[in-house]
Parts: sequence; C-alpha cells; structure tokens
Amino acid sequence: MSIETAVVTMKNITKSFPGIRANDQVNLTINKGEIHALLGENGAGKSTLMSILTGLYRPDSGEIYINGQAMKFYSPKDAVLQGIGIVHQHFKLVKTFTVAENILLGLQSSNEIYDLQAIKNKIEEFCLRYGFHVNPDAQVWQLSIGEQQRAEIIKALFWGAEILILDEPTAVLTPQEATELYKTLRLMANQGKSVIVISHKLTEVLENTDNITVLRGGKAIGTVQTASSTEEELTRMMVGRNILFDITKKNSKRGSKILALHDISCLGNRGQKALKNISLDIFGGEIVGIAGIAGNGQSELAEVIAGLRLLQTGKKFIDEQDHTHSSVRSLISAGVSYIPEDRLGTGLVPGLNAVDNFILKSYHSLAGYFINWRSAKKETQEAVEKFDIKLASLSNSVNMLSGGNLQKLLLAREISANPRLTVAVYPMRGLDVGAMEVVRKLLMAERDGGKGVLFISEELEELFMLSDRIVVLHEGEIMGIIEPCATTIEEVGMMMAGKRMLKEDAM
Amino acid sequence: MQCEWISAIRFEKRSTTPLSVLFLVPLLSVIIGLCFVGLFIGATGKDPLYIYGLMFDGAFGSAYGLSETVVKSIPLMLTGLGVALAFRMQLWNIGAEGQLYMGAFGATWLALNFPTWPIYLLLPGMLIMSFITGGIWGLLPAIPRAYFKVNETITTLLLNYVGILWVDYLVYGPWRDPKGFNFPITAPFSESAILPALGDTRIHVGLILAILAAVMLYIVLNYTKWGFEIRVSGESAIAARYAGMNHIRNILLVMFISGGLAGIAGMTEVSAITQRLQHGISPGYGYSAIIIAWLARLNPWAVVVVSFLFGGLLVGGYSIQTSGFPAATVAMLQGAILFFVVGGEIFVKYRLTWGSKGGKQ
Amino acid sequence: MESSLLTAILATGVIAGTPILFAALGEIISEQAGVLNLGVEGMMLVGAVTGFMITMDTNNQWLGLLAAIVASGLMALIHAFLTITLRANQVVSGLALALFGTGLSGYLGQTLIGRPLLVTFKPVPIPGLSEIPWLGPILFQHDVLVYIGYLAVAVFWFILYHTKTGLKIRAVGENPSAADAAGVNVFAIRYACVVLGGMLAGMGGAYLSLAYAPSWLENMTAGRGWIAVALVIFATWNPTKAFLGSWLFGVVDVLGFHMQNLGITVSSFFLKMLPYVITIIVLIIVSRETKKRHVASPGALGIPYNREER
Repeated sequence: MSIETAVVTMKNITKSFPGIRANDQVNLTINKGEIHALLGENGAGKSTLMSILTGLYRPDSGEIYINGQAMKFYSPKDAVLQGIGIVHQHFKLVKTFTVAENILLGLQSSNEIYDLQAIKNKIEEFCLRYGFHVNPDAQVWQLSIGEQQRAEIIKALFWGAEILILDEPTAVLTPQEATELYKTLRLMANQGKSVIVISHKLTEVLENTDNITVLRGGKAIGTVQTASSTEEELTRMMVGRNILFDITKKNSKRGSKILALHDISCLGNRGQKALKNISLDIFGGEIVGIAGIAGNGQSELAEVIAGLRLLQTGKKFIDEQDHTHSSVRSLISAGVSYIPEDRLGTGLVPGLNAVDNFILKSYHSLAGYFINWRSAKKETQEAVEKFDIKLASLSNSVNMLSGGNLQKLLLAREISANPRLTVAVYPMRGLDVGAMEVVRKLLMAERDGGKGVLFISEELEELFMLSDRIVVLHEGEIMGIIEPCATTIEEVGMMMAGKRMLKEDAM
Repeated sequence: MQCEWISAIRFEKRSTTPLSVLFLVPLLSVIIGLCFVGLFIGATGKDPLYIYGLMFDGAFGSAYGLSETVVKSIPLMLTGLGVALAFRMQLWNIGAEGQLYMGAFGATWLALNFPTWPIYLLLPGMLIMSFITGGIWGLLPAIPRAYFKVNETITTLLLNYVGILWVDYLVYGPWRDPKGFNFPITAPFSESAILPALGDTRIHVGLILAILAAVMLYIVLNYTKWGFEIRVSGESAIAARYAGMNHIRNILLVMFISGGLAGIAGMTEVSAITQRLQHGISPGYGYSAIIIAWLARLNPWAVVVVSFLFGGLLVGGYSIQTSGFPAATVAMLQGAILFFVVGGEIFVKYRLTWGSKGGKQ
Repeated sequence: MESSLLTAILATGVIAGTPILFAALGEIISEQAGVLNLGVEGMMLVGAVTGFMITMDTNNQWLGLLAAIVASGLMALIHAFLTITLRANQVVSGLALALFGTGLSGYLGQTLIGRPLLVTFKPVPIPGLSEIPWLGPILFQHDVLVYIGYLAVAVFWFILYHTKTGLKIRAVGENPSAADAAGVNVFAIRYACVVLGGMLAGMGGAYLSLAYAPSWLENMTAGRGWIAVALVIFATWNPTKAFLGSWLFGVVDVLGFHMQNLGITVSSFFLKMLPYVITIIVLIIVSRETKKRHVASPGALGIPYNREER
C-alpha cells in the first residue's frame, strides 16, 4: 500500500515525554473501509499515537499523510477539519450540557444565535442511519456510560469524521453491548469509513477486526491480517515472550467469615440510590470478584466497606464484630484494607514522598506525639526492596512513579499492615503485563494465607481467572453469585446487563 | 494558525527542583518586582534608584533603623506563621488582619479590666486572651468551610472589615479614653500590661514569642503526628479521609491556631508599641503576612527571614513619606513582588525547553 | 413604613448596587470561563482613580470612563497571563492583583483626595418610563451608567445562554479538555473573558468616583469588590440573579442613612458592618442550598488547563 492510496499514513512518528519515549519511529497505515486494531498492553504507546493523529500532541519527528496529502496538526481543530474523529476512553463531553449542545460546540458551520431544532433533527437522521438511539435533549450527566459513548460517536460523525478512532471502547460495555458496537462499526466501515480501535483485548480484536498493528514499548512490532493471525502470535508480539495465561489456583480451605453485609443500602454522589439492600459474605481464603459495568454500585460498595460512605440501612460485620457505624480508622484497625481506584490522589498522596505514603495509615498507632523518621525510612526501604518497587529516591515525590510502581507501593503498604480483608478496586487498570502479574500474585498470596479478598474489575477474563466466587452487580443490586467454573462469560454478561440469575447460589 | 516557532517553546514538567532554582526564583521575583514599581516611580518624575537607596538607608543604615525593622518584623512573623500554617492545609486564610485586631481587642479587655494584676499574671493572661479571641475569629469562617465547603477566602476577608469596625466602635465609643482629647484611643495600659523591652530599643519580648512560634511550628509540621496529618490534608483532602484522619477537626484546629497566632501579633502591638488600643494599630500586617508566607514557600524559617526583610520594607516606606510617597507605595511594592513570585512559580515546577524534540532521560 | 421611604430606599439601593453589579457581571464572565479572579477590589480601585484622574484632566467623564476601563483591563491582562499562560495559582495571583491595585490607586490618587469634580454622570430620567408609578422613580430616574447596567445584564444573559460564544465560554469553564477537542480556542476565550471581567470591574469602580460619590478617597470601594465575588457565588453564576443580588446589597448599603429617618439609632459602626455580615450569612445559606440541589460552580474553575498534561 502506498502513501497515495491509504487513507491514513503515519510515518516514523517519534514522541517523548520526560523520562519516557512513548512512540519510537512508529509506522501505521490505514485503508478505506477497514476496521484496524491498534493492539498493545497498557503503556505501549497506543493512546499517544492516536493523540498525535488527532492533533492533541505534536510529534517530535515524523510525518502524517491524510489521503496522500502531508499534514501538520497544531490543534484538535485541524484534525477534525481533516475528517478525523475520536471517541476517547474518558469522554470529552461537557456534563452540564445536553447531547445536542455538546455536538453544537464543535460545529464549525453553525450561526452565532443557533437553532437547536435543526441539529436535533439531524441527530435523529444519524441515529436511523447507523441504528442506535440517543436522546439529544438529555444532559450528559444523566446518561449511562453506554449512552454517553453513543453520544460521543454521534458527535464525531456529526463533525464529519471519515476516520473514526475508538479508544478502549468496550471497557465500559457488557459483552453483548460490545458485540452490538462492533456490528455498528462494521456497518460504518462498509459505508466507506475507516475505523481504528485501540484495545488491549486480544480475543475481541481477533474476532472483529480486519488488520492488527501491535505496539510494544513505544515501537510498532508489526502489522498482521486478523484472519491469518493467532492468539499466540499476537501475545508474543505484544509482550515479547510467551505468557501462560492460566493460573493454577491452589485449593484453599475456606476460613471463618470475615465480612458480613446485611441488607446494605446507600446513596451515591448524585443523591441517587447506589446500593439497594445488598447482602454479601466474604470468608477467609477466598477471592470474591465483583463484576459489573462501572457505575453500578461497585465503587460505593467498596467505600461502604471501608467506612468512607454512610450506610442508610443495613448492618456491617467484620469478624463477627458490629462495625456498622465505625469510623474509617477503626475499620483500618479491624483489618480492612482498601485499595482505591484513584491510586494517586486517594490511595497515595501526591506531592509527598514514599516514606510519607508508606506510613500514611500506620503513623497513628505509634506511641506519643512524634514520628520516628529513621525507623519509618527503614521500614519503607525494606518494603521497597521486598516488593521490588522502582523509585529514584525515597525522598522524591511519588508523582513521578509509573502506574505499576504506584500500585506496588500501595499494595506494599496495605499488605504490610497484615489485613484481614483486602478490597481492591480496579487494581489492574492501566498496568502493563508485568505489573499485572505482580498484583495477581499478591492478591492470590493473601487468599492463600487465609485472608479475604474483594476484587472489583471490569475485565471478565481476569475475574474468571482469579475469583473463587463472582458477584454481579447491576444498578446497585446483586444479580447473582456464582462460581466461575459453573458459568460462562456470556451468562455473566447478561447478568451485568440486568438479567437476574434463575438459580440463586445458596452459599 | 501556523505558529510553529512559538509552539517550539514549551514548558516541561520537572521531576525534581534543584535547590538553586528554589532560592533564585523568589530572589529574582523580588528584584523584578522592584524594577516594575521603579517604572511607576520614574513615571512621576522621581529617580527610583535614589528612592530605593533612601529606603534601604532608613531601614538598615542605622542602629535605630535596624531596631525599628526588627520591631516591625515581630507582628509580621507572627501573622506570617499563622498564615503559612493555614496555607499548608490549603486553607486560604486572608483574615489575618481582622484576627490581629480581635486579638488586640481580647488583650485590651483584660488589660483594662484588671490593670492591678501583677505582670506575671497579666501578660500571660493577655497572651492567652489574644490567642483565644484571634483564634475564634479564625474559627468562625472555618466552621462553614469545614461543614458546608463555603469558600473561606471570602469569609475570612469580609471578617477583616468587621473586626476592624468592631475595634473602631470600641475606641470611638465605650472604651474611649475620657482624657484622650476625643481621639479614638483607650486609656493607657498599666505597667504590668506592657511587654518589657529587650535592651534599650523598642525591640520587645514579642520577638522571643515569634521565634518560639517559628520553632514550634517547624517541629510540629515535620516531626509530629498531627503535623503529618496537616501536610497530608494540604496535599489531598480525600487521601486524608482515606487514611482515617479527621479532616474536619483539623480544619477547625488549624484555623483556630492560625487566627490565634495573628491574635498574639495584635497583643504585642497594643502591649508593647501603642500601649493602648487605638484606631489603626496595623498598617496591613495581615495582608503582608500573605505575601510573606507565599514568598517563604510556607517554610517557618523562611517566614522569619522574609518577615525581617518586609519589616525593612515598611520602615523604608516611612522614611520616604516625606519625599512625597504615601504609605500606599509600600502596598504597591508588596503587591508587585507577589505578582512576580506567583509568576515565577512556574519555573519551579516546569522547565523551559526549545525545539520540537523532547529530551530522553 | 411609608411608601415614599420604601421607594427612596429601593431607588438609592439601585444606585448603590450598580458598582457591585458591574464587578459581579465581570467576575461571572471570568469564572464561567473557568478563571477565578480575586483581584476585583484592586481593579475597581484602579478604575476609580483612573476615571477620576482623566475626567479631571479632560473635563470629559466619558473619557474618564474609557480610561478606567482600559486601566483595569490591563491589570486583568496581567492576571490572565499569570494564570493562563504561566498556570499560576489563581487565588494568590488574584490576591496580588487586589493588593497591587489598592496600593497603585492610593499612590496615583494622593493628590486627588478631596478635590471636587466639575463633570460627573448626572441623573437622566428616561422620558415615559420614569413616570410609571412606583417603578419609575425606582428604576428609571438614574444616570446613564445605571441604564447601561440594566442593558449589560440582559446582553450577558443572552450571550451566555443563547449564543455559540456563550456555549463556548461555558464549555471552557466546565470542561476545557472537551472544548479543546471540539476545536474551541481555550486560551483565547479565557484571556478574553478575564480581560472583559477586569474592564467591567473598572467600570464599577469608575461609577463610584464619577457618579456615586463623586470624589476620590483612598480605598473608597471598602470591600465592594469582595462582596461582588461573593455575590457571584450566590447568584450561581447567573447574570439576572446577580442583578437582584446587587440590588439587595445596595439596599443594605444605604440602609444606614435611611435608618435615621425611621428613628432607629444604631451605632454607625454596626451599620457599616451590616453588608459584610449579611454577605457571609447569605453565602453560608446559599452554599447549603446548592449542595442539596447539586448546582455546582463551573467544573474547571480555578484549575489551569494544559493540553499535554499527562
């Protein structure tokens, strides 16, 4: 394929940030009417490459050709003008605006005093053409994540996208919704659009795309035709070695009841009911996985257990002790460890160093009013070595650490406190394969040591791999509790979408 | 817009800030601030270098000048420390001025009502009273801030006006000295209500109090458990809650102490300097404290040093008033310096780079 | 209370509220674009002294007004540069602006204290409207600047909520990253809004020295700039509510004078405290209310925008 015939050609793109070369002489060619996957693990450089294509970043060197013409993008506007549209992982929607207003924002052709009705009519047209539905008058903050994604897609199409880029689109969808999405993308491709999907999900990409370009460590390893590629080949390209994806779980004896939740309800940040009469028990020696689309009560469940969110109804017991109204501190003393979604910001304090962060919770139990920095430093140093955390110095701010090292530091602190129950919320998010393995091993070690683990994740494969039991949450209610060996991904997917399980697992 | 050469100049985030930059940036900011105001001075026909020379001479050129500089630096240190403490927790206490006045009020109340107490009872009593009244003035805006997230910048600032008006009410009204020729002043304090001087200048015991406060603040912030909580809360309130810290209690406590320190500054002024309560006991110490705290990057020792320099600024300002420069000139200078300090911040956090290639480390 | 006294209170309330109104409108625009500008007090004072100075020199109050607008606009430009381009802390930069402006105005105005002004903005009753019973004397018998104020409220309300520019401004303040992705020039809009905000603050200050007083006194705004900032919060960033709020504060401001007519004797000091205390109380009440109704400030208020920040 030559530069002239391809729709998009990125040639020898290089981009660096302080301390990291995100893209290193990357080449990418996209043709008309294809669905092209950009595959790679977290941190491989996929998002950076697409940020360059959409005008958000400027490359240090390299060229971009659109339909054979050399292009330089100085802002997102330039890319939009060339027909490049993107649906980001974190939607770029103004929450207080309606869908129509969000679309209006980027419309170059509209007047100063605008006519919303004309836009709304056109939105209807688009919906019909591509077969999905979005309410143009709804304010974005009221929409579900799937609906917001659809709004983003319509927005991109409205702004004239011929090349549509989707960044990890299925992270927030049920398996069924994901299938629907790819159907729509195929429709668009058949109508002449070019689609680029950024993903780290091998199986999905193998099932739904035409060509795959693999990135690893900032470099483009190669481009293959989906039809003729295999999981092993792609894994090898993605990770550089063969990885065994199966973990043999040791049989662990179920211990005593560590966490008991009876009839828990609580409110979410917008005043809505986030959890509705949840009852759940977690025992020692098991990993309980929580499945569900983000926003169905998972974060609130974790916060309630950790004491960071008030219960409206119900009771909470840790090791048979009533902790329904306990403070965060007494829950920490009772052995509840919470690893939050927001690593740097909540779990770790930005602007403070590794030692400060390591004693973040334990400082309180020291006797007296003073902190012994020497022993704190020693403890931290030991933990850093034990958990293989790579940092330049103990006194540097933790802001500089990579996602993987941040998570390792967090886990190091939490595990060193010898908790009874570990609540981990999306712990693998944004980590590379190596870091993911470490996290997996640590969680398994807790379980094997007789402790309880609550594991919240959006990756069903991960849940199936690690959990002894899977609990599916939908709109704050439990749809089912089931063992992974007794179910399939499709069944769990249906529960995630709201279908209640017929047989309740009486565990 | 094809502005390629402009886009080639970029700010790149730093991983660590070299010590030289940490010192150089505030220093350069002060110098550039002086130049900036120098332009305005030049525009009115006077020679800025000559004027600055006069100021320097007035502040540091004589034993008297130096002692006056120290005297002025005492309330600046106390309010500066109070403000720095609050700022550490991202509590924007702009109310140090009002808290100073309320502290003066509290101290005066004790002094006027119990003038016969012995000095070892009255002075500590005044100290405690001023800490409490100043502290309460800091606590008042802290409560809505802690519980309802009401912006404390505005509430503390508005309370400045209320505090000053309250003192005015007292000295024009019920507390006015009948023998004071109708001036807005109270009766003079008794001997035992006056902070003794150190030596034969006006420098008084308040200096020791201020330095003690700096030492204590340093120790508390860096070596105590509570100080640790403040540093964590200042960086991230969510992380503080996550760690089990009582964020609300800390907000209230920090604002109380911050106001209390400013209150003590008020006490030192009425006890040692004016020796009575009167209108206008502060030429804006509470506002200068904000600039001092920021210039000192919230470090207690730096607050002491910068307070001394700002004391010199004030004294220098008095010495040029006869040349036609009103007190407002000093306020202008302080504001300009703060501008450049604030602007210079970016060079502490970011590095300026050229060219389109980023560096690989 | 007699109706003529009530009328007088409401009418003088409008005049007293006008400087706060201008300042609040300016701050609303700045904050809707996501930039907090606490320097209102300083910009108002600079506007007041510049307006007075130029009017004295040229005997033309309109030139004075123009000068005030330009001066305060320049000051706001400094704040814009610091906070938008240099991404400095918006709270402290605004404070610096307030302090510098206060000092600068005192410095420039030292020779102007107490001097009389030969030309000022005099009341101009609007023919027809000023004869409406009750409403006429309250709203339509004032000087031109008050009428400009009414117009400004309507114009800004319309622009913010019914034009594309207003949509862009609000997007920039709510989610600058989304606005950037939509092709909106975030920097340009923020700069424009901050400078416009400054110009309006200067206008508010000039109103004090050219119409309300009219004279120059050091620190003559007496905290009105801060009240304007608070007003923006409890008007929930809405121009029409800001008008009502500024009117309310105008009334509280002039209440002192009218109290005497009512035979109520309160120490003048407590009367002077009233605007500040009421502002604080209203701020608290409104903050509790907005928490319940989930109405929030512009999402990105106070946070510098950087496209390449990871």
